[in-house]
This record gives sequence, structure tokens and C-alpha cells, in this order.
Amino acid sequence: MSRRSLTLLKNLARNSNASSSCIQTRSVTYMPRPGDGSPRAVTLIPGDGIGPLVTNAVEQVMEAMHAPIYFEKYNVHGEMSRVPGEVMESIRKNKVCLKGGLKTPVGGGVSSLNVQLRKELDLFASLVNCFNLPGLPTRHENVDIVVIRENTEGEYAGLEHEVVPGVVESLKVVLSLKISFVIESFDFDVTRSLENSTRFVPGVVESVEVITKFCSERIAKYAFEYAYLNNRKKVTAVHKANIMKLADGLFLESCREVAKKYPGITYNEIIVDNCCMQLVAKPEQFDVMVTPNLYGNLVANTAAGIAGGTGVMPGGNVGADHAVFEQGASAGNVGKDKIVRENKANPVALLLSSAMMLRHLQFPSFADRLETAVKRVISEGNCRTKDLGGQSTTQQVVDAVIANLE
Amino acid sequence: MAKRSVSILTRLLTNPSSPFTAPTRSITYMPRPGDGAPRTVTLIPGDGIGPLVTGAVEQVFEAMHAPVHFERYEVRGHMRKVPEEVMESVKRNKVCLKGGLATPVGGGVSSLNMQLRKELDIFASLVNCINVPGLVTRHENVDIVVIRENTEGEYAGLEHEVVPGVVESLKVITKYCSERIARYAFEHAYLNNRKKVTAVHKANIMKLADGLFLESCREVAKAYPGITYNEIIVDNCCMQLVAKPEQFDVMVTPNLYGNLIANTAAGIAGGTGVMPGGNVGAEHAIFEQGASAGNVGNDKIVEQKKANPMALLLSSAMMLKHLQFPTFADRLEIAVKQVIQEGKWRTKDLGGDCTTQEVVDAVIKALD
Repeated sequence: MSRRSLTLLKNLARNSNASSSCIQTRSVTYMPRPGDGSPRAVTLIPGDGIGPLVTNAVEQVMEAMHAPIYFEKYNVHGEMSRVPGEVMESIRKNKVCLKGGLKTPVGGGVSSLNVQLRKELDLFASLVNCFNLPGLPTRHENVDIVVIRENTEGEYAGLEHEVVPGVVESLKVVLSLKISFVIESFDFDVTRSLENSTRFVPGVVESVEVITKFCSERIAKYAFEYAYLNNRKKVTAVHKANIMKLADGLFLESCREVAKKYPGITYNEIIVDNCCMQLVAKPEQFDVMVTPNLYGNLVANTAAGIAGGTGVMPGGNVGADHAVFEQGASAGNVGKDKIVRENKANPVALLLSSAMMLRHLQFPSFADRLETAVKRVISEGNCRTKDLGGQSTTQQVVDAVIANLE
Repeated sequence: MAKRSVSILTRLLTNPSSPFTAPTRSITYMPRPGDGAPRTVTLIPGDGIGPLVTGAVEQVFEAMHAPVHFERYEVRGHMRKVPEEVMESVKRNKVCLKGGLATPVGGGVSSLNMQLRKELDIFASLVNCINVPGLVTRHENVDIVVIRENTEGEYAGLEHEVVPGVVESLKVITKYCSERIARYAFEHAYLNNRKKVTAVHKANIMKLADGLFLESCREVAKAYPGITYNEIIVDNCCMQLVAKPEQFDVMVTPNLYGNLIANTAAGIAGGTGVMPGGNVGAEHAIFEQGASAGNVGNDKIVEQKKANPMALLLSSAMMLKHLQFPTFADRLEIAVKQVIQEGKWRTKDLGGDCTTQEVVDAVIKALD
């Protein structure tokens, strides 16, 4: 009898733990302003590869929720030489855009349309929230990291030129100017001087990484402001200033200055190679991470990977005037042909990003419903795509989410 | 083996799964650059318990380091009108937090609360009457939002003496105001995933006035096919409220009925000391204790400093959401609800015996 009671009690204990970890709906008393319910236009760029599949998933779910949003859809493909004028106009008018991945061809001199969008709209901050989802087992627990990455300069400035055959240098140009309008014109000067450089020799390519005080400061300011507004306790700057003393040193200086204004938030610095190791060994030590462009790309994808995969992490890009939401971490946002054919792409990341978008547009109740439904589907575990260990198609996941909307 | 089962049993029984195991991560929110800049809010402490409870809000905001700073103005209920500088401040800041202003009975001095609402055209008053977990009441499953028209109706303040000994009081209902309050109610229901809107009226007696109100509601209801709309006569409504409150969801009412329904609904759900609410117009918003009864309190409570700050704390959480600081709003709400649920720190109206300051300290400690 005591054997039976032991099993019964263990079952009870397991069930009570499971129910306490089940997704709680937030009850929010919210007093909207009159007119807050009028529909908002959002630019939609389906993109390449799995892009159309996952953006369509978002469209279906928004429809089912009767969200006060309507999409202006534009077809942009990665092999175009630039983003069409009408698409830029649309984003400038709507201020908010949702997009799938745009495939950037390897080599060949075609610049990435993703980067072009971010530069033209000055979306200087990219944010990825990597966190463990209840019900999704991973090798790492207690992961809750927000990677804030500078989006417009650094190694992705796109300034490359060939110097001497067979030799590629990576130059770091450090601009320590305090006046922003001088920096603006200086950027142009750097580009022009490199293009008309008399040092131009076939076979040797230089890639120029630009770090400016202006951009470092504003990304640091954004990161600390984010931590303050979201009750985060720590900001970690990721760098390689032991080697690139001037460039990353400038980045660190800017972070330290901003840190002084937020005495309530702990600030520390970590070298990027140690950071990658710590991420996979003890990820719970990280909270908000602020990084320049390249490190941010790598750290974000690593953090997304340990927390469950890039198929589920939400993220977005924001600037002073515009915001573009897409799958959080960039790896796999276009996907392979096989996934496209079998329609087995994971729509969860873009669904959670569109929940962030709903919050950005100030529709918190819709955002909460969407997030709750998505998390419930993941925690129940019977409807998962291949990257999460299941076998479902995108449409099956979408149907499950719609069924779970209340 | 039986020994092990006893320890498991003890663990189970001593850790009830509470619905407010504070969510460590609730929302992913991407603020715009500059969203953290502090906002100014006009603060009117008011009369009676007003200064006590607004002081509570100030302390909690300080503890949270919320990006809000208050511009305080003294206004008393017996003044003839709200001072110019206060109106300027509210118009500039767009958001105001206030305690109650005592309106003298009779005597021809018009209510300053009303004056504020009319001048700023704050046409909708919203009270969310909801059972708070841990607070035992006679009625369960109460979750009613009362949306009340704030500027006309019986409170138009148009009274005159026709003949010595005969006084007329005018109730004004306009299509314009009825339409906009109906539109606000349906929009609120839509934005907050509410399923039903009930219009409260007495159109069987006041056929033209309340009839006009109902007509406006019906027209707006057609634009929201996903939301159920029904109508209920106010006397039946009062009875239904105390008999079966779970049938109501969002209620839209003209001015007078709204006042009574809001206070009744607040009473059944736990008392006016805990219900959050606010007043909103196209441009301005004023947050105060949800339902109006007892917002000034009696002298005894003021002396003993035992006023309940919960209602104003929850209203200030609504204000933080309105100012777009959702994380701060969540932290405040979670802390307040935890304190209520634990049950150790309750003021007299909730069955305890604490002072306002003790409750504030408990809330500050519960902030994470």
C-alpha cells in the first residue's frame, strides 16, 4: 500500500509541477485611448526560401485574431541589386515592417539587401531575445539573454577593395570624432578615398571595418535603456579590444561612459572568444549583451542555438523612426530547398516576432494572446517542426496556434 | 518507503501552486530609442485620504525608479474652480493622477471632479471590477469593466428654480456623446478580447433620452459583429449584479447609472479600496481610485492613517501602461496582487488592521 501511495504521490508532485509551469495568461487592466483600435498598415516582405511560408503563417494567425493590422505586401528577392523604391516608400510611411529572410548571394559583389534596408532606414539596433521555452528541452537551462547588436557599421560596412593579388587585409579605421555631422561626411570621404585610392592593386583586397563613437554611443545607450525599461540587471559588452585596441577600444569607452549613467545596472566586459566559451558552458551568467556588428551576429546565433534554435527566437531591428521585425537570429532564415519543398519551416520565430510587433504598435492584448497560444503549442509538444524534434508541417503548427487562441 | 511518501506529501501540501508565482520573464518588448526618457505627470493629492494614498504611490514609484516625475498641485474641494496653473499643467503633461476631491453637499458649489472632466473633455470613465486572488468575497468570477459617460446626462449641472419651491434638473443626452462612449466601449472590448457589451438604460420610462443612448449603442454594435451586444434595464441590472455577476463583461452606461453600477460592481468584487480605474479623453487621461465611493474617506480613517492605497496603486499601474512603461506596470501589479494574496497586510476595509504605510512597505518589499 505504501508502494502505491508513493507512486501516486510522485504522480501528484509531477502534475502539480507541470501545472505550475503551464502558461499563465496575463490579465491586464488597460485603458486605451479613444481611437487606439483603428487598424494600422504594416509593410510585409515575404522574402526568399522559407520566407513566404512563414510570413503567410503570420498572415493567417493575424486574420484569425482579427488583429487591427493590414499588410501591404511587396515582393523583394535577394538577387535584386537594390530594394525597390516603392518598398522603401511604404516602410517610411508605415514605420513598421515584417519580413522573411532575403538571400544574399555569396561573393560576386552584390551587397546584401538586408544590410541595405537597415542602413537606409538607420535601424541601428538589432535585438534578439534568446530564452528557454517551457516544454522545449535543451542542453542548457535558465537561458534568458537579449543580444543587442549594432546594425549599421563595423565589419559589415561593405567597404572592400582589392589592393594586391591574393592578399586580403582587414583594416580598422578608427574615428574618434565628437561631432556627429563631421562623422557623417567623413564616412563618405572614407568610401570615396578608398574607391579612388592610388593604392588599388588587383589581387589584394582590403575590408575596412569602421567603428565610430557616434554609433557606439547610441547602441550602448539603447542597450542600457532597454535594460532599465525591462528590469534587467546586467549589461555585458562583448569585444576583442586586446587585439583591436583602437577600434573595439572606442566601442568599450562609449559603453563605459553610458554605464556611469545607470548605477543600478551592473556592467561588465568580456572578450568575444571567452564569451563564446562561457555561452556554451554557463549561459545563465548573461543577461543583456551589447556588441558591435560581427560579434553580435555570431553571439546571437550561438545564444539562439543553445536556447532552442533559431526557429523559435523572436527579434527585431529598431531605429529612431522605423522598426523591422523578422526571425530573431539570422541563421536559417532563408532555409534550404528541402524544407521549402516539404513545407516544414518553423513559423514560431516569426510568430513571436510579430507578437513583439503588435506590442510595438500598442496592441498589448493581441500580443499577449498570440504569445500565450504559441507557447502553449510548444509546451504541449505534439505539434513541432523538424528543428524542434517533431515532424509537423508549417500549416499544422499554424492550425494548432489558431486553435489555441482564446 | 512510507517515510518518503510523508515527506513528499508535506512538500506538496506546503507549496500550493499559487497563480502568482511571479513570472520571471513575461514579455519580449522592443522599446524605441528614447522610450526611457522620464515623463512628467500632474499630481493632485486632493482631500481627506487623498494625500495619504497619493503619498503611497510616490513612495512606490521612487522604490521602482520609475521614469515618472510628479508635478504636485494642491487643490481642495471647496475651491470655486480648479486653479489655472493646474489646468495648464494637466494640458501640458496630458496625464494626471489624483486623489478624491470632496464635493460639498448642496450649496451651489459645483464639483471640481466634474469640472476637470468637462474642461478636458474626458468623456469616458473606466472601472475594472475584478475579484482579486486571495481576497474572499461573497461573489466569485466577477470581471466587469464599467464604461461610463462622463460629461453629460444627469450630471450636466443644469438646475434652476422655476418657481419658489419648485426646482428642475435637466438631464441632457446627445447623439454625439452617446455615440462616442459606445464607440469607446466597443473598441475597448475589441482591444482587450472581451466578448460582450451590455448597455444599461431606463428607456422604458425615459423613452427619448435613454432611447437615443440605446440607438447609438446599437449602431456601433453593428460595426463589431464579433462582440455580443445586449441591453438591460438598470433596475434589473442592479439585481442581476448582486445575483449573478458572472453574466456581465463590459457595461456601457450614461452618467448616473454608471456611477451607481460602478460602485455596486466594485463593492461585490472586493470594495472600492482595490478597484483600479481612470478617465480618458481624446487627448488627456486622469487616473484615480476606480469607483468614487469613499475616495475621500471619513475623518477617522484620515486620523488613524488606515486608508487603502491598493486602488490608487493599481490605477497608477494602469497609468504606467498608458505612458508605455509596461514592465514597470507589470512589476507594480504583481507586487500589489502578491501582497493582497498573502493576506498579512490589509487595511480595515479588507478585514485587516494595518496602516497605509505598512501596506506600502509590504508592496515595496514585494517588488522584484
